[in-house]
Amino acid sequence: MNHQDIFSHQYENGLTLVAQPMPWLESAAFSIAVPAGCRYDPAEKNGLANFVCEMVQRGCGKLDSRQFIEALEMLGVDYTSSASLYNTNFGGAMCADQLFDTLQIYSDVLQRPTFPQAQLEDGRLVCFQEIHAIEDDLAQRTMMQLRRNYYGDIDGRNCEGSMESVASISMDEIQTFYQTHYRPNGMILACAGKLDWEKLKSHVGDLFSEWASIPVPQVAASKPTHGNQHIVHESEQTHIALAYRGLPYSDPNYYLNRGAVGVLSGGMSSRLFTEVREKRGLCYTVFATCHTLLDKAAVVCYSGTTNDRAQETLDVIIEELQRLSAGITADELRRLKVQIRSSLVMQQESCRSRAGSIAGDWFHLGRVQTLDEVNQRINSMTVETINDYLKTNPPANFDLVTLGPKPLEFNHGIPATPVG
Amino acid sequence: MEYLQHQLDNGLTILADCNPRAYSSAFGFFVRTGSRDETPESGGVSHFLEHMVFKGTPNRTAAQVNLELDEMGSASNARTSEESTIYHAAVLPEFQTQVVELLSDIMRPSLRVEDFETEKRVIIEEIKMYDDQPPYGGYEKIMAEFFGNHPLGQSVLGTVDTVSGLTPDRMMTYFEERYSPSNICVAGAGKIDFDRLVDDVQRCCGHWNKFSPVRDKTRAEYRSGFVSSVKPNSHLQYILQMAPGPANEDDIRYATSVMAAIIGDDSGSRLYWEFLDTGLAESAGMASYDYQGSGAIMTYLCCAPQQAAENLLKLQTLQRKVREEGITQKELDLAKRKIASHIVLGSERTNTRMFTVGSQWLAEQKYKSVAEIAEIYENLTVDQINEALRKFPLDQCMTVAVGPNENLETAFTQ
Repeated sequence: MNHQDIFSHQYENGLTLVAQPMPWLESAAFSIAVPAGCRYDPAEKNGLANFVCEMVQRGCGKLDSRQFIEALEMLGVDYTSSASLYNTNFGGAMCADQLFDTLQIYSDVLQRPTFPQAQLEDGRLVCFQEIHAIEDDLAQRTMMQLRRNYYGDIDGRNCEGSMESVASISMDEIQTFYQTHYRPNGMILACAGKLDWEKLKSHVGDLFSEWASIPVPQVAASKPTHGNQHIVHESEQTHIALAYRGLPYSDPNYYLNRGAVGVLSGGMSSRLFTEVREKRGLCYTVFATCHTLLDKAAVVCYSGTTNDRAQETLDVIIEELQRLSAGITADELRRLKVQIRSSLVMQQESCRSRAGSIAGDWFHLGRVQTLDEVNQRINSMTVETINDYLKTNPPANFDLVTLGPKPLEFNHGIPATPVG
Repeated sequence: MEYLQHQLDNGLTILADCNPRAYSSAFGFFVRTGSRDETPESGGVSHFLEHMVFKGTPNRTAAQVNLELDEMGSASNARTSEESTIYHAAVLPEFQTQVVELLSDIMRPSLRVEDFETEKRVIIEEIKMYDDQPPYGGYEKIMAEFFGNHPLGQSVLGTVDTVSGLTPDRMMTYFEERYSPSNICVAGAGKIDFDRLVDDVQRCCGHWNKFSPVRDKTRAEYRSGFVSSVKPNSHLQYILQMAPGPANEDDIRYATSVMAAIIGDDSGSRLYWEFLDTGLAESAGMASYDYQGSGAIMTYLCCAPQQAAENLLKLQTLQRKVREEGITQKELDLAKRKIASHIVLGSERTNTRMFTVGSQWLAEQKYKSVAEIAEIYENLTVDQINEALRKFPLDQCMTVAVGPNENLETAFTQ
């Protein structure tokens, strides 16, 4: 495995800078996680964090909204932004020599947004469009409903909110949210690519050290609703999404569950792909994946299939989930280890994936795992440890959401919690 | 980075951008065949064949192919378009020979009846999946309307009817007409032992018989007009437009693709400021598609149904204005910065590099280095972009609208 240096520094105001120099590249990337996610939206104002994320980019420092975009384009930055449950994220990739100037622009976005009143309604329309787009994405709608049921509000909410909630948000509320939640303490700035650590540390210090820390707001606990839900929709396919308990990324046993899910859905020879698609031709898409929050997690399975074959598809998926508790084989584990190792190495070719990855590690673990360490954890997975885990934690008590013309038969879930 | 190439006696070409500092190696078999090479009654056969290639050979069952790809920890896939079918895999360098042997073997598939019938169901599921996804067949529709009876108007996926009617025999006939070694290249990028690559490909593919596939490259007779497809349970209205564009033999295609970026890139473009920054649309974009002999410039707009008529008029005004007034030097400079940065980022990804090398061969059988491509874009002038605008008027186009708005055509043509 290749040599890897990871540097980190926490400034006095609580901002953490973490970086991986990748001197073999000509490019660099950054990933910012500011702790202003949609978990802080008041319930009736869901969509607020996302709206604020839109507004801080519509004028900051000396730049108006058009100058901001043009400045990024002049630097050749391929940029992104989005709100998520915990954080609002800003990221970008570019030629390495533009990194410092780019970070300077984002220091304005984070510390000196101007919130021009004239931009408010355009910004709101953009947020409306994001809500509309979800309505036409049936797979995403199904998965989003599943997350809402499995985690409950607040943890299972989506960041876009509803037309009603976004329509009701005022400029005052946007500014208040910004003042309460955009803060250096708890913020992570990750950089990867061709960079000099000492110079980066001092540059980021110059840009952000005047920013004062503020108290961390509290969030109410989530109340899951669990159960089985069908959404009626006249579609060609029925969309099936189900969830059961997983392990969060920070759990010492995370890789045992990750390994089991890899056997289920880690490649073209994985169990779900083989049994549902290859042998029976039931669908084009079927997968299982680990979804993690800070303190809880789910394994989420999805398939989309024509309506008259949906019942069989669900039955085969459930059969495979139940068969998993009987254990995995040495061959399956061997293939899985090669796959994980291979994807870790390939990640080293992209500063963008590394920046995202080290930011994610820091957020979930408070540190970055080196490649050696991850490798060690992967190598320490054995058939016995995974099978022991599966024996005590068999996939069961599924939450199910289906979307299509007709509901499906299902007897393997947690009885639905009456709402209201 | 060192570029190397070799051709076997049977015409199979091997090309690689070898980078000893890369961590991985990527390989692809690029076949110059796609939906434009099909007859209407066997619509979808190229794409179905692409699936069947993973279903085994005289040496391997379908399950063995999947197992071996996973044993190597490969990131592998395949894709079919109007004029190409590409099979590719990225692996750690230690698996170079093994992955090349596997890819070579599956390029001569068995097409067993049982596998064929199971996979047919997967293909039909794939067709149904796209039927549920925006823009609900709008892309297939605009290609069919714009290209008319020209083979480029044929759908890549085919329809449930044409796919249901396919047989292994008919697919084998297609295979035997298209998969000549002279119609295929093996492209590689990353950490590659090129001499070994040539030896491996020679050993595995040297015995393939050469023949000469033909392709109808007649320039299409492009059509214009307005076609509405009402879909009541869609939330948004999806609008696609196609105007004539350069073919991939035409040098003006570079200027045209920059023109498309200036007008329709997903950030900072004219469409961006008109429709996205203002929230008048959910998405808006423009891209130039160049094919052998023909080309199209596609504009895409997706917005609330009640906003669609007004947006279409705004789009028309924008197109007319940019043709009359041309683009500015500042717009060109910004586009160049974006493209230069994009080229650097792309060149660092082994997989992206492999696709570039293979696609260049498909298009023009000529290699261009990263530096050469960067230079072509860097040298473009405002005059060249404005010439592309004059040559390919964007508003003389075919428009397809999909969504709940039933009155769009009346509103638009008034």
